[in-house]
Amino acid sequence: MQRVYPKFCIFVCYLFGLNTINGTITGFHLLALGGLRFNTMREEMGKEQDKLISKVTSGEYKYGFYTDIDLDIIPKGLNEDVIKQISAKKQEPDWMLEFRLKAYKAWLGKKMPEWAHLNIPEINYQDIVYYAAPKQKATMKSLDEVDPLLLDTFNKLGIPLEEQKRLTGVAVDAVMDSVSVKTTFKETLAELGIIFCSFSEAVREHPDLVKKYMGTVVPYTDNYFAALNSAVFSDGSFCYIPKGVRCPMELSTYFRINAAHTGQFERTLIVAEDDSYVSYLEGCTAPMRDEHQLHAAIVEIIVEKNAEVKYSTVQNWYPGDKEGKGGVFNFVTKRGICRGENSKISWAQVETGSAITWKYPSCILRGDNSTGEFYSVAVTNNHQQADTGTKMIHIGKNTRSIIVSKGISAGKSQNSYRGLVKMLKNASNARNFSQCDSLLLGDECGAHTFPYIEVDNQTSIVEHEATTSKIGEDQIFYCNQRGISNEDAVRLIVNGYAKEVLNKLPMEFAVEAQKLLEISLEGSVG
Amino acid sequence: MDNREATIKRFSDLLRDNRNRIEKNSAGLLNSFREEAIKQFAELGLPDRKNESYKYTNLEPWFNANYKSYFVPEAADFRAAENFKCEVTDLDSYNLVLLNGFPPRYNGIMAGLPEGIWVGSLTEAAERYPGIVEKHYGKYAHNGKDGLIPLNTALASDGVFVYMEKGITLHKPIQIINLVHSDGDMFVQHRNLIIVEDNAELPIIVCDHALSPQKFLTNAVTEVYVGENAHFDILRVQNEHNNAAKLTHTFIHQEKSSHAVSNNITLHGGLVRNSTYHRLNGEGAECNAFGLYFTDRWQHVDNFVSIDHASPNCISNQLFKGVLDDYATGAFNGRILVNKGAQKTLAYQKNNTILLTDDAKMDSKPQLEIYADDVKCSHGATIGQLDEDALFYLRSRGIDKNEARLMLMFGFAREVIDNIHTEALRERIDELVLKRLRGELSRCTTCTINCDK
Repeated sequence: MQRVYPKFCIFVCYLFGLNTINGTITGFHLLALGGLRFNTMREEMGKEQDKLISKVTSGEYKYGFYTDIDLDIIPKGLNEDVIKQISAKKQEPDWMLEFRLKAYKAWLGKKMPEWAHLNIPEINYQDIVYYAAPKQKATMKSLDEVDPLLLDTFNKLGIPLEEQKRLTGVAVDAVMDSVSVKTTFKETLAELGIIFCSFSEAVREHPDLVKKYMGTVVPYTDNYFAALNSAVFSDGSFCYIPKGVRCPMELSTYFRINAAHTGQFERTLIVAEDDSYVSYLEGCTAPMRDEHQLHAAIVEIIVEKNAEVKYSTVQNWYPGDKEGKGGVFNFVTKRGICRGENSKISWAQVETGSAITWKYPSCILRGDNSTGEFYSVAVTNNHQQADTGTKMIHIGKNTRSIIVSKGISAGKSQNSYRGLVKMLKNASNARNFSQCDSLLLGDECGAHTFPYIEVDNQTSIVEHEATTSKIGEDQIFYCNQRGISNEDAVRLIVNGYAKEVLNKLPMEFAVEAQKLLEISLEGSVG
Repeated sequence: MDNREATIKRFSDLLRDNRNRIEKNSAGLLNSFREEAIKQFAELGLPDRKNESYKYTNLEPWFNANYKSYFVPEAADFRAAENFKCEVTDLDSYNLVLLNGFPPRYNGIMAGLPEGIWVGSLTEAAERYPGIVEKHYGKYAHNGKDGLIPLNTALASDGVFVYMEKGITLHKPIQIINLVHSDGDMFVQHRNLIIVEDNAELPIIVCDHALSPQKFLTNAVTEVYVGENAHFDILRVQNEHNNAAKLTHTFIHQEKSSHAVSNNITLHGGLVRNSTYHRLNGEGAECNAFGLYFTDRWQHVDNFVSIDHASPNCISNQLFKGVLDDYATGAFNGRILVNKGAQKTLAYQKNNTILLTDDAKMDSKPQLEIYADDVKCSHGATIGQLDEDALFYLRSRGIDKNEARLMLMFGFAREVIDNIHTEALRERIDELVLKRLRGELSRCTTCTINCDK
């Protein structure tokens, strides 16, 4: 893979929980700033990867700590008053409250969707805390004012919030228990006209933009969880890239659930104006708890003419223990629209966490010649369940989409791909290629594929292929023969299997994802 | 009362009002299932588009129509029907004509049939051989979500029964010619049962035709038992007019090392829905499910296939291809289910469709549901158009555009036809498909019925 970044671009790297290789990464940056090319770094990276792989021996969830921080909590329960309280706490304008209440009414009229290949225990929506904010002063000028305990939490996670780690850090908007704690690099971005801030700040300071775009891709009536989120969302990220700007660094949001009994409902809105480009990263962890925690998020992306948005996720919510106790329910609505000609949305996701995942990052390809991409690796182990995939709605002419989905199931888990490719009547010459492969590691797990293909015009071409298999004994034998142990052989093969998707992630993210893959599958090989 | 409940009530009333007549025409064994079946139907109702497996097929207009008759009231004239020249008549086969879902009652003695084979009316068989019928009737037709199956169990009074004794091999196929003919709109329900005992071999051809222009709705359920090491081959050729709706449900239950092939060739039909279920119940069983569909005007064809791998070491293979023209719509819904413990499964599935116009629409839903790890499963689906390069190649060699298109479509369809092993039959289907593609099969141009108003 030869990818060359323009020299003027600041090399940034985003890590969490990767303290072990921080030193090396910094080194990279010095190299990078010296103008060296990517492939040189790749070699270094390769060695580093080997080290990492050898380090991964214990498969426990390492982000399972809990930080005792003073919280500002609205008591459990969901009703109009709670929504009003959330809105009041966030000092929101009336139109926002109105939006929330409308969404709440819509939610009341909806039923929990049952079509997914999931076994979801009943959720008591009155037993959830909808707002839990770390107590902090209203405004912070420097990091000194941030609660040190909070900083400690992020340090544990390896989030480079501190400005002095400028070289190692990306612009991070860290959201803890639904409230955005700190956004870094804001000034640097502001010089280019990029707005990257928490959602509530955007509501206060850029109400016109929020009003214009919020709910245009995922309306509050869209589905059960979207309605719930629209009613109670507490914070999230807002990102606006003005015309012609290529965002010089990766933008990133980091989510953490900390408090018990809380649900996390965040909202992300990304707007890319004509000819702009942004790459956006998202990561998430949660402490280990016996109870299930609900996470219902919305991500909306609007891409105008010639613009491109790349959205990468490494999802690592607490998956529950080996017996399937606890874990996060991850019910997320993610959707992007290519509004202008030649625009592009690319989703890349590595799903390793969560007890139950229900997530379909989708693309509406409305502009002519627009492109949608979806690359996914979903790993399930123990009692995890995942029903994930994408929707590609082709409306414009010459629109193209590609879907690559790799499912890996181990233990007693169930892993499904569910996807829709729809070619509308006017989408002439539209093209889609989908590939969804499943790998089974163990005889008690399940791998399923539910693709839907709907074609309504004669000039489009849709191809779908899927395979399901286990790792071949001959492949293992081949490795054994060359002195590679069983466990290493499986890692090697799984890595090779997921490579096509991992390659689509930003570099450092890919390393993290690879490591996660190994942790998630730990103990499943035998 | 909403539509759904109204339909349920309508059919429940229908059974209540006509119960005596139905039961008089049927066997006690079949009657004993009716009460339970209508209850089940009342729970499920007609499958609507919210039902995952009927997502792309709307049955409502067909069921809401008012049919003049639902049961054959008077003795049908089979002689007239037998005079009908089926498109495949020159094939050397044992023929059985069904009129409006009713077979002639001649005690299962069909001219020339070798011993050990019984072909005839299910009702008659249930009275003569209650042991055999009881062992299999109603045992395989289960879906749990499709209300049409209990509806058939509740209302059907007769159908075809075929019994093959152990070790009997039939070299000439049995041809079942399924005719509908009536003065008024008609709703036909028949129920078939085919039993192929261990080591036996049975090829069957089913031809569906409509003889009069009335509106027909057929809801047929066929249960097939294929014993150990037995072979079963069913080929269905559907050629009905645009006012006819054909809903078939074929359940093939396969025992150890058995081999079954189902093939649905749809040439014409207003609405066609073929549900084919293969259950691989014994180790080493193998099945092939094929389908070929051509539609034009407002026709709709929906192929639903479910392969249930219940035992290890089984092989399944699905191949469905079609060409859609004009405003026609098509749907494919294929499901491979590999149960826990069904290790060493091989399961393949393929669906290819060509759209000839921008108004044609195809929905395809290939599914894999796998609960065992030592398996190899794959599925592929494509929807596209005729290859421009191939067309250019042919045209540059002096073949005119229409002929070139025809050749390509025929070549496309050939992959399915090639799987028919009886040579005479394969040639016959070749001819029929070619005629169909040329537009010569559509009888509307030559016939006076003018059903396609």
